Amino acid sequence: MKIKVNNKEVETAASSIAALVDELALPAQGVAVAVDNRMVPRAGWADFALAEGMSLVIIKAACGG
Amino acid sequence: MFSDELEKISWDETTERILSKTDADVRRALAKEHCDVEDFMAMVSPAAEPYLETMARLSRKYTEERFGKTVSMFIPLYITNSCTNSCVYCGFHISNPMRRTILTEEEIENEYKAIKKLAPFENLLIVTGENPAKAGVPYLARALDLAKPYFSNLKIEVMPLKAEEYAELMKHGMNGVICFQETYNKAHYNIYHPRGMKSKFEWRLNGFDRMGQAGVHSIGMGVLIGLEKEWRTDITMMAHHLRYLQKHYWRTKYSVNFPRMRPSENGGFQPNVVMTDRELAQVTFAMRIFDHDVDISYSTREPAAIRDHMATLGVTTMSAESKTEPGGYFTYPQALEQFHVSDERTAVEVEKALKRAGREPVWKDWDASFDLKAFRRA
Amino acid sequence: MEKLVIAGREFTSRLFLGTGKFNSNELMAQAIKASGTEMVTVAMKRIELDDKDDDMLRHVAGPDIQLLPNTSGVRNAEEAVFAAQMAREAFGTNWLKLEIHPDPRYLLPDSTETLKATEQLVKMGFVVLPYCQADPTLCKHLEEAGAATVMPLGAPIGTNKGLQTRDFLRIIIEQANVPVVVDAGIGAPSHAAEAMEMGASACLVNTAIAVAGDPVAMARAFRQAVEAGRMAYEAGLGLQADSFVAEASSPLTAFLNE
Repeated sequence: MKIKVNNKEVETAASSIAALVDELALPAQGVAVAVDNRMVPRAGWADFALAEGMSLVIIKAACGG
Repeated sequence: MFSDELEKISWDETTERILSKTDADVRRALAKEHCDVEDFMAMVSPAAEPYLETMARLSRKYTEERFGKTVSMFIPLYITNSCTNSCVYCGFHISNPMRRTILTEEEIENEYKAIKKLAPFENLLIVTGENPAKAGVPYLARALDLAKPYFSNLKIEVMPLKAEEYAELMKHGMNGVICFQETYNKAHYNIYHPRGMKSKFEWRLNGFDRMGQAGVHSIGMGVLIGLEKEWRTDITMMAHHLRYLQKHYWRTKYSVNFPRMRPSENGGFQPNVVMTDRELAQVTFAMRIFDHDVDISYSTREPAAIRDHMATLGVTTMSAESKTEPGGYFTYPQALEQFHVSDERTAVEVEKALKRAGREPVWKDWDASFDLKAFRRA
Repeated sequence: MEKLVIAGREFTSRLFLGTGKFNSNELMAQAIKASGTEMVTVAMKRIELDDKDDDMLRHVAGPDIQLLPNTSGVRNAEEAVFAAQMAREAFGTNWLKLEIHPDPRYLLPDSTETLKATEQLVKMGFVVLPYCQADPTLCKHLEEAGAATVMPLGAPIGTNKGLQTRDFLRIIIEQANVPVVVDAGIGAPSHAAEAMEMGASACLVNTAIAVAGDPVAMARAFRQAVEAGRMAYEAGLGLQADSFVAEASSPLTAFLNE
């Protein structure tokens, strides 16, 4: 299935956000995910089914003032 | 509410600290452009007495920077002397067997017309005793409505009200409220104000918060000099109060008063302390150096010579030709006064004297042209 | 020294640190330690799929450290609200340094959007610390909107020019009922000390430490400057007052002797 992560097309086998986070090997902390510009709470990641063409924003901690 | 703040400030400790201020404390305060209350205490302390001339110079400088060479003129109108309080120093004391008057609408309007013949007054202060049943908020609202065609700036000096009552009166064109706490010494307050609503210290003290919450544009505060022997402490408490109000109700403009009671020649209440002219000047200068923007107001309680001089050194607001009896300008020119005025000159004479001293009396310094609330009902 | 309290949390240190522009995360971690800070800002960025860089969070997180996620990169209130929600989820804190700068050149905060976002975020339960212009009226509006602090700038961000806004900062400090944190422009420990002497509640420093020759030593210097400045403020500054001698002649007050 093809989805967009931060505006880049990604081919993934993950069926949920939780699975995608695993697949991308993201750090356990400091990460947040939004789908179609709506933030999805971490507690809902396992149940959130990904579908063809969805647009995700994934952010992580960075240095800054 | 300020009552919570005042609880934290000890009267005795403050007195002690003022009296132990040193020459170095005073010089440090005078060198600062922005003083705190601690500096104010130094400037009103006995240690500052040798610096009176320096303080006068600084006070004049700061005053001219902010106010130019102007003095704002206002006139009080007592519309009733009916009062349910029994303040021991006041002519309107409930047990004083005097004729009580509540001016009718026609009488009020006659007073307005009479005032306008004295001088081009635009700043009117409407004053009452405390009798909410007979001369309460609706009566005040009516007096304000009637005043609008004659005056552009309406203030009231009445009993403390609820926030919503202040808001209501603002709709009738009220722009400012003056209320004297009289003294900040809670322990002694009821000696002077034994009965009636005015005996409730906190209700009066927190009235200023209610004015601020209602968005009153201008708030006048005051300590009556002659009640507390430690007037330096009393005025310091007012300085605390001023700073507190400025922080919380920052859209409001403030004025301060510290009228001196005189020994009475025909018996009655005798002041517990008499402040000298030099002390009055010192307090005035200290207040100006402490706060460059606050209006400092002298009433006709002060003698003409003092008023004329101090108008060039820090005082920015003055009344003139005041009558302190209801209807005193037209209806009842002979009724009993609340207190005796010292400066008995006419407004025109005061104006001339101020001009001679190089000051421009300003009759109208604000108008509600853009205040939508004030004109909604006009 | 008096403890600083923001939204019910006590801080012993009055120095807040930004984490940008350090040469390495290790150096940053050492600087944080040397500064004694208890509040550290963090930013957010979009992940790169092939990105394998070191997780910065493990270098800043600690039991005594309050993380302060910023909204750097947003251009208006709407984006700020979105960023705030992401930050709350990512960092597990509702604290937020709100910064909205639509202008990429000087990174100056947008006052109208900042006020709007503060109002919304406070209602959503965030502890909002807005980075803002040194505008006393704006600061009162932010305070009334429920901001936990105000963070006016001393000079444009990253310029190290010190307290160019000093006259306005003084008014803000005098009027504020919430802590005033001077943010941006502080380029040297002396600038931080000056802000603290004026009565600022805290300073937020980043560039000046991160780009110093020895960031760790500079962090220590800022720690001492902030402490010294605060101590001086609490002690009550003495001023040189030699010019105020009692005057023998009295042209202005002679009338009082009449």
